[in-house]
Amino acid sequence: MDRAVAIEISRLGKVYGRVTAIADVSFQVSSGEVFGLLGPNGAGKTTTLRILITVLPPTSGQATVLGYDVVRDAERVRQSIGYVPQERAVDRFLTGREHLLLLGALYHLSKEEIQRRITEVLQLVDLEHKADQPVRTYSGGMKRKLDLACGLLPNPQVLFLDEPTLGLDVKSRLRIWDYIRHLKQRGITVVMTTNYLDEADQLCDRVAIIDGGRIRALGSPAQLKVGLGGDIVAVTVEAAAMNRIEALAAAVNALPAIRSVTPKPNGLDIRVDSPEKALPSVLEAANRLGCRLEFIEYHRPTLEDVFVAHTGHAIREEFPQSDE
Amino acid sequence: MHDYLQEIGALTMRWVRRLSREKFSMLFTLVQPMLFWLIFFGNLFQRAADTQVVQAPSYISFLAAGVVVMTVLNNGLAGGVDLLFDKENGFLERLLSTPIHRTSIILSRFLFVMTITSCQVLVILGVAALFGVRPATGLLGIAVILFIGVLFGVGLTALSMAMAFSVKSHGDFFSVLGFLSLPMIFLSSALVPLAAMPSWMSVVARFNPMTWAIDAVRPLILAGWAEALPRVGLVIVFMAVFDALCLYGSARAFRRSVG
Repeated sequence: MDRAVAIEISRLGKVYGRVTAIADVSFQVSSGEVFGLLGPNGAGKTTTLRILITVLPPTSGQATVLGYDVVRDAERVRQSIGYVPQERAVDRFLTGREHLLLLGALYHLSKEEIQRRITEVLQLVDLEHKADQPVRTYSGGMKRKLDLACGLLPNPQVLFLDEPTLGLDVKSRLRIWDYIRHLKQRGITVVMTTNYLDEADQLCDRVAIIDGGRIRALGSPAQLKVGLGGDIVAVTVEAAAMNRIEALAAAVNALPAIRSVTPKPNGLDIRVDSPEKALPSVLEAANRLGCRLEFIEYHRPTLEDVFVAHTGHAIREEFPQSDE
Repeated sequence: MHDYLQEIGALTMRWVRRLSREKFSMLFTLVQPMLFWLIFFGNLFQRAADTQVVQAPSYISFLAAGVVVMTVLNNGLAGGVDLLFDKENGFLERLLSTPIHRTSIILSRFLFVMTITSCQVLVILGVAALFGVRPATGLLGIAVILFIGVLFGVGLTALSMAMAFSVKSHGDFFSVLGFLSLPMIFLSSALVPLAAMPSWMSVVARFNPMTWAIDAVRPLILAGWAEALPRVGLVIVFMAVFDALCLYGSARAFRRSVG
């Protein structure tokens, strides 16, 4: 990478008593990049983020933000970052403007500077009309906008977002995505955690897939998908033909342009270089063997496939959680 | 230094703003101790309490010192709870990610709790005056009462913060608070003089910091400087030790909790 390094993490670890929250986490974030930490709840995303914003000391390894060590130069780091915690980290009794006034003073800005910035960030997140109402009257989306405004108030070089769209409705979600794209255009480095695959896919220049406290894969969404090797043709075999499935697997494996064949309980997952060439020959092989197909589909690998390939499980095994 | 003052000012302002938003609860917090304890309790026991036993012209005049210190107790013990909510909902983390001195968060809370408590103490003394209780030591005496209140309040607030940073949830916090506050009042000289207590209770009450504070405030209201001064001197020494212990505990809890 030819761009400057904004964040550098090397062999970072955090242990609570006997529980290892993260182990041996290393990555770099270039300045101006939108970097995503993708993983299920409890994977270690928030722990990593909290170490970077200097509120949690690591038990091993090192991390620097803009060249400043998060432990030894914590004060310098705090001066140059903005932080948007998960929802509800607001004081219900204060108005939006009062939140911003408070934060302005905590960043030691002058009165005029505070006023100028408040006007600017309120405009950016489109919250001017509600600025003087207590936060308890805000909707979830508005609270999120205020959170974002608070994070942007110090005009940070690096902005940390913890689950920016967790629990939001679709409309507010897309709105927040727009703001994040806008920040990227302004050259702000953004580090965000998310457990939404589509969010990581849509927004992030690069993604670190984190699970069980370790980085499992790292790269741009496109790279990660290509890295899986080809598109996926999934065939579902009729129940009566299940006894011929091994024969079909062997036949397909012998075809050209086939990368791999993975048996499933009711069919096969076939990775192919080019679905246009592979589809007819797979169908022909099935016909030849008298192995009747119930269903056939093909798709480009999604980030979900990447996640499963690297962690061995889906990001959400059960229901998507609501807002905790 | 300028930065530090700006931080403390802004953080204290936050508490003040919150208070003004919660007018209803503010009214009740302010009015409850004098309404319940001073006016109801004081008048209720006016005839039941023997002025020979309490050694005061009236039960209300005896009780005034107790109500003053009770207010300090309740405000102090509850003083950490807002920081606990901040910790639970992530607001504290937001504050900690800004380039402020860690102590600003704590100091602003002390400043706020002490100011509110002092105002309340003044109101209580004012209401007591309506019932004919005039502090024997005059305005200077009132200043000393406020000083004792602040000394005691600092330790209690520190204790409350230590608890706020140590407990798992605010449920635990309120359980401990509920468990502490009434026994602290009953096992002290707030309602009954030590001499009139069952002997085991008076032994326990003698070790209660509430008793020390009340025994210094009461002669300031009832007797005069001659009787009050030695007790005031003693309580200042006691409270200095008490505060030091509580502040040490709270600093440790804070460091362990937020680093």
